[in-house]
Amino acid sequence: MPTTTIGGHEIHVNDEGFMTEYDEWTEDLGQALAAQIGVEMSDEHWQAIQFLRRDYPDQGETATLRRVSTVGGIPTKQLFVLFPKKPAKKMAYIAGLPKPRGCV
Amino acid sequence: MDETAKRAVRNLVILGGGTAGTMIANKLRHRLARTEWHITVVDRDDEHHYQPGYLFVPFGGCSPEQVVRSRHSFLPDGVDFVIGSVDMVNAEGNVVLLEDGRQLPYDQLVIATGTTPRPDQTPGMLGLEWRRSIFDFYTLEGAEALADALSRFDGGRLVVHITEMPIKCPVAPLEFTFLADAWLRGRGLRDRVELVYVTPLDGAFTKPVASAHLGGMLDERKVLVETDFMVERIDDEQKMLVSYDEREIPFDLLVTIPLNMGADFVARSGLGDELNYVPVDKHTQLSRKFDNIFAIGDASDIPASKAGSVAHFSVEIFVDNFLQHIAGRAMTGAFDGHANCFVESGDDKALLIDFNYDTEPLTGKYPLPVVGPLELLKETRVNHLGKLAFRWIYWNVLLPGRPVPLPALMSMAGKHPATQREKQEA
Repeated sequence: MPTTTIGGHEIHVNDEGFMTEYDEWTEDLGQALAAQIGVEMSDEHWQAIQFLRRDYPDQGETATLRRVSTVGGIPTKQLFVLFPKKPAKKMAYIAGLPKPRGCV
Repeated sequence: MDETAKRAVRNLVILGGGTAGTMIANKLRHRLARTEWHITVVDRDDEHHYQPGYLFVPFGGCSPEQVVRSRHSFLPDGVDFVIGSVDMVNAEGNVVLLEDGRQLPYDQLVIATGTTPRPDQTPGMLGLEWRRSIFDFYTLEGAEALADALSRFDGGRLVVHITEMPIKCPVAPLEFTFLADAWLRGRGLRDRVELVYVTPLDGAFTKPVASAHLGGMLDERKVLVETDFMVERIDDEQKMLVSYDEREIPFDLLVTIPLNMGADFVARSGLGDELNYVPVDKHTQLSRKFDNIFAIGDASDIPASKAGSVAHFSVEIFVDNFLQHIAGRAMTGAFDGHANCFVESGDDKALLIDFNYDTEPLTGKYPLPVVGPLELLKETRVNHLGKLAFRWIYWNVLLPGRPVPLPALMSMAGKHPATQREKQEA
């Protein structure tokens, strides 16, 4: 797996730039990753990202939009406002998680 | 039966008499002594549908009689068939409660109740236009209604739409599109129809290599593809799909794949995830919460295609595992997510794709290395004949639990990993 340096941290990523090591993630890094894709983080953004971070170790999979809305309590419409165009991918990218599969 | 014997007999209850449930009942009845295990299969009706047959119904290629048989006729002697709707599973008390009040205690439970299209979950889908200009083809009634609508369709925008993944048979919407293109050409209507393919995915299919290949096939057929489209509602007055990010796609005829969900009793029983699928270990399909509940086929949350082939291959692994499990031993079989799908591409041709949890669809031959006769990821007439022949195999070999000469775990022999170029294109 290639490594890259973001915000001064060296991290392991896959060929699409998604982090591959859950434990390498920090909030600072999340902030830097968000900046990479033009997302300015607000409390509401963090609420979604923290849900993804908490959910992943239990589920072993990145939460889908439906899961973030039904279990995490943030309506899908709002996720499209917070992370425009491709919310599922953008959230996973910022949260340092694999791209959600939700699509087998 | 005296008291000792009664206590000695254990109950296996299988919820769902579809592909997975029927195969399991057949295979386990031969492997479990009748003096030791009762087997009961529960379903809400006695109609077993060969669901892959629905695809051909809108084009007049398959009659209802060819796709429906009675469930009980596929169950062996020594299996009780109960018709009833499940109210809930009391997993702490090891008992299934039916809506009519009957109770079925179990020692081991298999949930095989599949997944169902739910048009009620998208605002506007079940409105005024349902089965007038909005159709599904994942139910027999829907496919028949669509056949009628297509026979009267003489031009306009035909939109094929997937609401959300995962869906049963993820290649079927593509197949429908290819078949619609060929069918319209055959009737001299293709020039008067704008064919649009709308998907929540970022490409034609879920697996990158196959997605690039199948996407190319859509391009060749001049099908417009709208990706990353998450439908919020259907405006049935203006006849258009509206996404969460406010894109609008008008249609004259909409063929939609509604949201798919597992059975509602799964949610009522506290056994499901947000789509009512039962969380299980993806290799053994044992519930992550209860040591005597398995979920097989489309009802589980395994990250594999919801497809008959996955049900079939996973049952092969499950049966041996189950026998170890009830004997108190560790389960040694590990399902790999093997899926094997024919993809009808129109003009009596089809492709075949073969993949699992970790391996992309490959090119090569199947099921025998080098010899085939089926070609992977290539459109051929033999593949199409294979798909048609499969209906006979399904009713006569697969459901009765007879050995099918296909390996349950995916084999790499005779297959070629996609080239670097194919990967890059993907």
